[in-house]
Amino acid sequence: MLTALYRLIFSIALLLPIAANASEADYFITSPPTQQATLLQGWAAQPEASRLPLLEALQQGRLPDDERKLRLNNRLRGLVDNALASHRLLSSKTDVRLAAARQLQKTAQPAQVAFLDRRFATEPDETVHAALALALANLQLVDSDPAVRLAAVRLLGETGDPLARTRLETLLDPGVETDAGVRTAAETSLAQVKRKLMLGELLGQAFSGMSLGSILLLAALGLAITFGLLGVINMAHGEMLMLGAYATYVVQIMFQRLAPDALALYPLVALPVAFFVTASVGMLLERTVIRHLYGRPLETLLATWGISLILIQAVRLCFGAQNVEVANPAWLSGGIQVLPNLVLPYNRIVIIGFALFVVVLTWLLLNKTRLGLNVRAVTQNRNMAACCGVPTGRVDMLAFGLGSGIAGLGGVALSQIGNVGPDLGQSYIIDSFLVVVLGGVGQLAGSVSAAFGLGIANKILEPQIGAVLGKILILALIILFIQKRPQGLFALKGRVID
Amino acid sequence: MNQPLIVTAAQKAGPKTSLAVGGIVLLMLLALPLLSLLPADSSLQVSAYTLTLVGKILCYAIVALALDLVWGYAGLLSLGHGLFFALGGYAMGMYLMREAAGDGLPAFMTFLSWSELPWYWAGTQHFLWALCLVVLAPGLLALVFGFFAFRSRIKGVYFSIMTQALTFAGMLLFFRNETGFGGNNGFTNFRSILGFSITAQGTRAVLFLLTVLLLVASLYLGWRLARSKFGRVLTALRDAENRLMFCGYDPRGFKLFVWVLSAVLCGLAGALYVPQVGIINPSEMSPTNSIEAAVWVALGGRGTLIGPLLGAGLVNGMKSWFTVAFPEYWLFFLGALFIVVTLYLPKGIFGLMKKGGEQ
Repeated sequence: MLTALYRLIFSIALLLPIAANASEADYFITSPPTQQATLLQGWAAQPEASRLPLLEALQQGRLPDDERKLRLNNRLRGLVDNALASHRLLSSKTDVRLAAARQLQKTAQPAQVAFLDRRFATEPDETVHAALALALANLQLVDSDPAVRLAAVRLLGETGDPLARTRLETLLDPGVETDAGVRTAAETSLAQVKRKLMLGELLGQAFSGMSLGSILLLAALGLAITFGLLGVINMAHGEMLMLGAYATYVVQIMFQRLAPDALALYPLVALPVAFFVTASVGMLLERTVIRHLYGRPLETLLATWGISLILIQAVRLCFGAQNVEVANPAWLSGGIQVLPNLVLPYNRIVIIGFALFVVVLTWLLLNKTRLGLNVRAVTQNRNMAACCGVPTGRVDMLAFGLGSGIAGLGGVALSQIGNVGPDLGQSYIIDSFLVVVLGGVGQLAGSVSAAFGLGIANKILEPQIGAVLGKILILALIILFIQKRPQGLFALKGRVID
Repeated sequence: MNQPLIVTAAQKAGPKTSLAVGGIVLLMLLALPLLSLLPADSSLQVSAYTLTLVGKILCYAIVALALDLVWGYAGLLSLGHGLFFALGGYAMGMYLMREAAGDGLPAFMTFLSWSELPWYWAGTQHFLWALCLVVLAPGLLALVFGFFAFRSRIKGVYFSIMTQALTFAGMLLFFRNETGFGGNNGFTNFRSILGFSITAQGTRAVLFLLTVLLLVASLYLGWRLARSKFGRVLTALRDAENRLMFCGYDPRGFKLFVWVLSAVLCGLAGALYVPQVGIINPSEMSPTNSIEAAVWVALGGRGTLIGPLLGAGLVNGMKSWFTVAFPEYWLFFLGALFIVVTLYLPKGIFGLMKKGGEQ
């Protein structure tokens, strides 16, 4: 019935005098809104390449070659979008056609079936072909002929789109779909779609787990170095993350004021600035406070907590208690669409790569340089290293600076994906301690595997049992794990006992 | 910290002076609630605010004492004692909520449109069962956690971090509405306890006296423990655990006992804290609170019994004055306190006083 009505409207639209494109615009603008809607629907079903400029202009709310604003209501705007997508299917560029097909999956009208069918038959690109199949199937599902519906259901089963799942789920209800054969086909198709979607979901969870893991890694790497070297837990380590993020903020402000043209490059400049700032703060702390507490790890824990309180309050007084705004530059926003239900944001991909880069750099520093040799010597046996002429005090200071600097780099990364506020460090500190506990000290491999393991476990448990219960379960698992391996995953072997 | 500290309050400052000072303080504390019962126009009358504030600080002092037992004597720095304190408080709060709600559901549950009480609320309308819960909830949690932690010989900073993560997890759990403890609002709007109005001055005075009583009792218990052979084993454990094991002792039992005892003391303190202050919410479990308790102990002096009480009183007294007078600078002050105490006062104020006394 509805289709018949549309066909009627369609044929009326065809009869309208729309041959000349220049006059089409004039005709459109002079028509009353109901007629404009009919026109748009007609154009959507019968696209012509020459009409593209008009529709593109209409979408921006104006007429071609005319700067005046044009007011369209919401319904008309939707119809313009739909007609434009229809016309863009004629484009020679694959990505334009793909975007158009995706748009049509949501908005296509029954009158467009014939056109879509033609495009479907001739489409050379595979992805666009699949997207068109879905758009077409969405339309055919309301067809009165069970055979057409059956074909559409089978077609839907071959896609892996979340939209297909919702469509198929509604079909399982006997009230919606009267034909039993179509219902059974819908069930098998649904199973197929779900399998494909599951893959996307699992990959998505693994990716966000990797992303969380890389952040934990940046937060915990410095902690593991200082803990391995000095045997002290630096409670102010989270505040180094926070200082790094605020350094990024300051660099961003400077760029906005002094070099607005190069604003997109500010994260690259922020990296050395944040490293320098946090490393200096770290070395200062080591010289003034922590040096006096060696051999008393519990007292160091309390003193560094005091330092973290002072740093938080100082930042609050300088920058205010509210979060500050750190914007992503253009090259870090957006993402890659891998599967229909899986988008990988650029900023997270860059951070994972960055974390791995920092790990490699740290590994090189610890294993290929004089400083690294000294750090490892002091970590293994402080007294013996001192006897051999290693300046342990200087090594302590530099290693503390290095650990804090890495946290500062982590702060730059964090500022690109989360809020930047005075309490930033507090939310990561406990997790990064757990990474250190789980990974053991003295080995980078321990920190890396513990960070990614914790990150992925967190993200996989989250949808199943909720974020909070997931955290509690992980804590319980860690406590049980330490029963087996009290020194963490990768322990240094030694024979020292007090 | 090289020589073992087999010190009790009495040995430190000489028996006579310390007993005299302690007696005077105790008398003052006992007089405080009685003075609060005087008519309002009397010049000696103590306001309800002061009484609540001092009562609150006394509860914290019990926590400090409990923390000192595990840290000062056994060398286990717990950063999760706030969890045990809050658990005791929540157990008492459950009873108070039931008492306030009468036969119906507590107000926050009707808010969530729950139709019946969760199973763990069963029996909480009885005061005696609530008291059992006050002891059982922190005690059992400490027992299970301690059993696993001490079995695998987690100690030092590892132990501190695990306890901190424990209280953090507890806080997240209690923040959820679905957990059934009022979410982030916690419990408040209590009306009566055992039929007595909770805001009446008489009830407040009795609660205050009970707190003083608990404090004295735990002080006595700590004193007996410290003097006993058990206390010496604990001190040995703190100073050289491996050597103690070579001597044929199994440290696990000793640690576990003092750890659970400490948790139960905290729970009791929490149970007395809630009716006096009138509110309990998950922020009591935040790691910040627990680590602050460590600085009370460190400031007063670890391994002494009076020190932690002194520290808790001083820090909390200063806190209530500072947060009114200079709210922005309190964290600077607290942070500086952490640093100064660990750098310059390894034995706390008490050690300083003793040193002064010797010269």
